[in-house]
Amino acid sequence: MSGGTTPNRYRAEAARTLAERPSVRSAVTSATDHSNANRGRAYAEIDSERWRDWARDMKAHLLTHLDRYLEEAEASLVGNGMRVHWAGTAAEALTALRGIVREHDVRRAIKGKSMLTEELGVNAHLEGLGVHVREADLGEYIVQLLGEPPTHIVGPAIHKSLADCQRLFHERFGTALDADPDTLASAARAVLREEFLSADLGISGANFLAVDTGTIALIENEGNIRLSTSLPRVHVAFVGIEKLVPRLEDVAGFVQLTTRGSTGQPIGNYVSLIQGPRRPDEIDGPDEVHVIFVDNGRTRLLADDVSWEALRCVRCGACQNICPVYRQTGGHAYGWTYGGPIGAILAPALLGLEESMPLPFASTLCGACADVCPVRIPIPEILLHWRERAVEAGLTATSEAVGLAVFTKAAEHRALFAAGGALLRWLPWKAGGRALPVLGGWMQERSAPEPSAKSFQDLWKAGIE
Amino acid sequence: MSAHRSRPKVALFTTCLGDQFFAEACADAVRLLRHLGVTVDVPKGQTCCGQPAFNAGRRSEAKRMARHTLAVLADAEHVVLPSGSCAGMIRCFYPSLLAGDGAERIGERTWELSQFVVEVLGVDHLGDGLSGKRVVYHHSCHALRELGIRDAPLALLRGCGAEVVPWIAAEECCGFGGLFSAKLPEVSAGMADRKLDTLPPADFVTSSDAGCLLQLSGRSTHRRAGGPPFVHLASALWRGVAG
Repeated sequence: MSGGTTPNRYRAEAARTLAERPSVRSAVTSATDHSNANRGRAYAEIDSERWRDWARDMKAHLLTHLDRYLEEAEASLVGNGMRVHWAGTAAEALTALRGIVREHDVRRAIKGKSMLTEELGVNAHLEGLGVHVREADLGEYIVQLLGEPPTHIVGPAIHKSLADCQRLFHERFGTALDADPDTLASAARAVLREEFLSADLGISGANFLAVDTGTIALIENEGNIRLSTSLPRVHVAFVGIEKLVPRLEDVAGFVQLTTRGSTGQPIGNYVSLIQGPRRPDEIDGPDEVHVIFVDNGRTRLLADDVSWEALRCVRCGACQNICPVYRQTGGHAYGWTYGGPIGAILAPALLGLEESMPLPFASTLCGACADVCPVRIPIPEILLHWRERAVEAGLTATSEAVGLAVFTKAAEHRALFAAGGALLRWLPWKAGGRALPVLGGWMQERSAPEPSAKSFQDLWKAGIE
Repeated sequence: MSAHRSRPKVALFTTCLGDQFFAEACADAVRLLRHLGVTVDVPKGQTCCGQPAFNAGRRSEAKRMARHTLAVLADAEHVVLPSGSCAGMIRCFYPSLLAGDGAERIGERTWELSQFVVEVLGVDHLGDGLSGKRVVYHHSCHALRELGIRDAPLALLRGCGAEVVPWIAAEECCGFGGLFSAKLPEVSAGMADRKLDTLPPADFVTSSDAGCLLQLSGRSTHRRAGGPPFVHLASALWRGVAG
């Protein structure tokens, strides 16, 4: 779900957000400042370096034996009474969902927070089938009411200020314009309670899926996922094929690392471990549980020698929180489901390289993301990899290619380079700089740099006192 | 330096931005190193380390510049740069870019200026020239995260009598990022604004990298909002010695 834009429009959308909606930048900066402080504290409470090594190695093992684990997972899930569907593409995943909707004559669906369902466009598909679908996570509910996609993996509405929400709830539910957050949450709760009770279908993603026991693990803070997966008579879980972990006991390690990296909590308020449909001796639970395993470009990533490491991602949002580029605009400017660093390395495989441009270039390679990633994805390295592929595929500007070719030639000959430098220092930046390709971009937002009167090489030749 | 040890010899690699835009700061680096008993050479033929091409995904061009730089620096005992970013390029990325060409050997002997002074020369007190000055330090991303330099510049500034003023955004990227600053100027400027908007009062802001300083000072001037001047770390440290 892209909110009406595409990655190709990144620069224009980012510029528009900064110029026309400055409240987005301040809301996102303040929310992510908070998460960053919490993550720092939460990592410091454990031997996080060791846990991150463990998580990296565990996921690397899983991914290098994925074929075997997927088959074992299917057997475990089926053994627990669940039904398993395989989807190579988004279209196949939606077809599987449509089959379930028709089979059960589903009219109303409730959805717990899930980024994969955003990636697949589940809501639009259900609405097209005439199914009423409601987001149950408070942040997701807010953006759904506004007709927007989530702006952040974990905090879908962090680009909204309290005033934005007060206005929205005032218009929708008649709460006071100065209602406090608890009052707003109560208003949403009253509406959502009815939605939970009347839904035929509950939809979720999965944070992890334990292969040995066939267990779907879900982390949340609000209880909406637990209700979505236990009240309706049918539960459908969309699961990316990279979400497996070998054993149930591995889930414990991953849950704490994910929540520490994400919100700085030692564990989510609710962790649901789903073992199948309601059994005869149980009070709650759905009659049927379906797992739809989704590839949708993930095996393309897996086949890539460098970028396969991105499949370790646990969708904690830490890289978005710390990314100084993401923090300027939030996620919408990126034009697809996953904004920020992780999105820029997933997009070329999930959407196609050309469709992803210029996202791999929307980074200064500052490295802050790799510093905080709980599963140690080398994000800058993978960004560079996609940049190299983009150059090979001819997807970068000709002026850049020509400019760098000339620069390289000059850099191999000191005299040429010095002459170029002298020209650069002499250049009337203030007068004509705007007309030149690279300098134009610079001059748009910054004053001309003041070149030294003489180059250092000239000072050196003259002798330094 | 102890008398029985021979004077360390340094090849100063001034970087392309340093050569053209921070010539006086590079000269201050020479003055500082000589003051510390170092023999400084500026190898002829030095140009660009290749980082702009490398970060743009143009590996073959980056390789050509890296090879040229490697040849220029081949005989150096130590290579010192008044830049964390370019030092990071040589130290962290040359070995994989030029596998087998002796790049590891040069990488191990390559240092950012403050890192060299503290880690190799073992000096942390330069003088009292910054006594009473309130200084804000911007950590360049590549000095901080590629080279792991966090304490060296701060220790040297404090050693010169400066008070290093805490800054909430000290370790955040300024938005320069080489070509990034020209390709995505609006976002880049927003990143600089975050830095400038959170700056505490100070006598000056300093950093190890010319690119960051051009970005921050260029944006600051563009906004006409006033604020402290931006000074290259090499010049700040030489002031620390000479007052």
